Amino acid sequence: MSQETPVAAVPAPAPPPGPTLTPRRRSGLRRPGQTVAPLLFISVAVVLFVVFFVGPGSLGLYYSFTDYTGVGDPEFTGLANYQELFGDEQFYSSIGRTVLYTVLAVPAHYVAALGLSLLLVSAAARFRTAARIIFFLPWLISPIVTGVIWRWMFGENFGLVNYVMTVLSLPRQQWETNGDLALAVVILASTWAGTAFNMLLFIAALRNIPRSYLEAAQVDGASAAQRFFRITLPLLRPTSFMVILLGTLGAMKEFAMVQALNGGGPGTENMFIVQYIYQTGFERAQIGYASAVSMVLMVILIVIALVQMRFDRKDDLA
Amino acid sequence: MTAPLMAVPRRLFRGVNIWLTLLLVVIAALFAFPMLWFVLSSFKPGTELFSLPLSLFPSDWTTSGYVTAWNRFAFWRYFANTGVVALVTTAFTVLVSAMTGYAFAKYKAWWLRVFFICVLVTTMLPTEVIMPSTFAVIRDLGLYNSLAGIIVPSILTATGIFMFRQYFRTVPDELLEAARIDGVGEIRAFFQIMLPIARPIAVVLAIFSFQWRWNDYIWPLIVLNDPNNYTLQIALRSIVGADNIDWSVLLSASVISLVPMVILFAVFQRQIMSADINSGLKD
Repeated sequence: MSQETPVAAVPAPAPPPGPTLTPRRRSGLRRPGQTVAPLLFISVAVVLFVVFFVGPGSLGLYYSFTDYTGVGDPEFTGLANYQELFGDEQFYSSIGRTVLYTVLAVPAHYVAALGLSLLLVSAAARFRTAARIIFFLPWLISPIVTGVIWRWMFGENFGLVNYVMTVLSLPRQQWETNGDLALAVVILASTWAGTAFNMLLFIAALRNIPRSYLEAAQVDGASAAQRFFRITLPLLRPTSFMVILLGTLGAMKEFAMVQALNGGGPGTENMFIVQYIYQTGFERAQIGYASAVSMVLMVILIVIALVQMRFDRKDDLA
Repeated sequence: MTAPLMAVPRRLFRGVNIWLTLLLVVIAALFAFPMLWFVLSSFKPGTELFSLPLSLFPSDWTTSGYVTAWNRFAFWRYFANTGVVALVTTAFTVLVSAMTGYAFAKYKAWWLRVFFICVLVTTMLPTEVIMPSTFAVIRDLGLYNSLAGIIVPSILTATGIFMFRQYFRTVPDELLEAARIDGVGEIRAFFQIMLPIARPIAVVLAIFSFQWRWNDYIWPLIVLNDPNNYTLQIALRSIVGADNIDWSVLLSASVISLVPMVILFAVFQRQIMSADINSGLKD
């Protein structure tokens, strides 16, 4: 094989790595192996990318203009799906509920993860190792089981939370039949489950902040709050950006945990957009229509990613 | 390692702050409680689950829920299916991520940059969101209702590629240069020199990948139809989605499904907790 053949000419990487190499022989000639090898290395990934990313993406775009039901041949119907979509109340309700969930959940996830990380790196608190393990345990638990755990806690008629409220002579709450309370439980459960991973990111970032910065600020008389907002938080910006971006994208596609927690209930009040896609596409076999919803979701995700990356860049320049 | 780290802050904060410690303990208790309640409840007999007053500890410890769950559902089969999917996918994920990340880190070409952007895009646009057409692709490839249908599409993860790319960038180019001068081919240099160096990152990715696949719900949901091929998460969903939930069975079955993850955590706790996942993106 060509890439195995040793050739005298060593290619020139951008900066010459060391003086020991003879510059005479590094004439800029490239061995063919150095083009073929990376091609081979990425080939599997490229194939997978084309088949399972580009494929479904373009097929979905095509289906969204058809009345495909999963069997037979798709028939082109133009923009009919999109017209139906924009007149569909359930679509608006799903989008609205998903956005509401995202707007509430992402800050909750962020504050919880950052707050706990600060506690865990603070030398003033004891039992930090044990606490860190406890906070991390939900990472092991699947979204489905997370849903089961919280459903068991917040069952309206049988759950522990309502029982405790009764014991304390507080009114029992409609955790399942009141849409807003049900959403609150979803946010609580996802915060509980999502903290672990974000916490790892924040702890790593906090440990990378030079202690001398904080010490110098303290010597200069900066209060704890000033040190946090003027030094720690700005230095955490790349991590914050990633946590918020990934959290937003993750919240917009929340599905599995809610499936087990309340199935989008009560009724369809808390049905998020991915569940709506699943329901129309698979339970009602309206693949064309569901693809149109997917495309709208894709556009929303692209806009979110672009807007957040734009913000990130702008702050860099400032 | 902790000793020198502790020394400085101690001086700085003049010892332990009781209020911070109390706050940490209270929050940790709140975090732990749902898990505790869930696990303890699974050892209660079905009749005790709903009998008031509720008590934290079972008054009558029993494993009957576990026995029922194990017997009524083909649990060993779900276990085997999930295990096969998680292990095989993880092996491929590590290999493909290492190769791709290595190419990104050590070679320069315009098409590598283009593909890198493509990989970046996959983190922003999760394909599982376009479920209907993904389903059609799986079906047309003949992968519907087979474990391969879950494994193959899950191999590619941007996170894994980024982890290896970042790692290989820290490996000096001189190493590769020296190998080339010695006449080692590009492919052999990767498999015999570079891949062994990257073992720590491979371990971290393997742990993460195993967790993603063990707990994955959406791919198996799209791909699987035959209960014989169910993974644990799909099986659990079928219990919790029933009109009349059998809580005794559901709680026990859920606890059983956690066992491998708990073992994984117990064994690799150090690697997981200290994993440098700065480049890591959630999958």
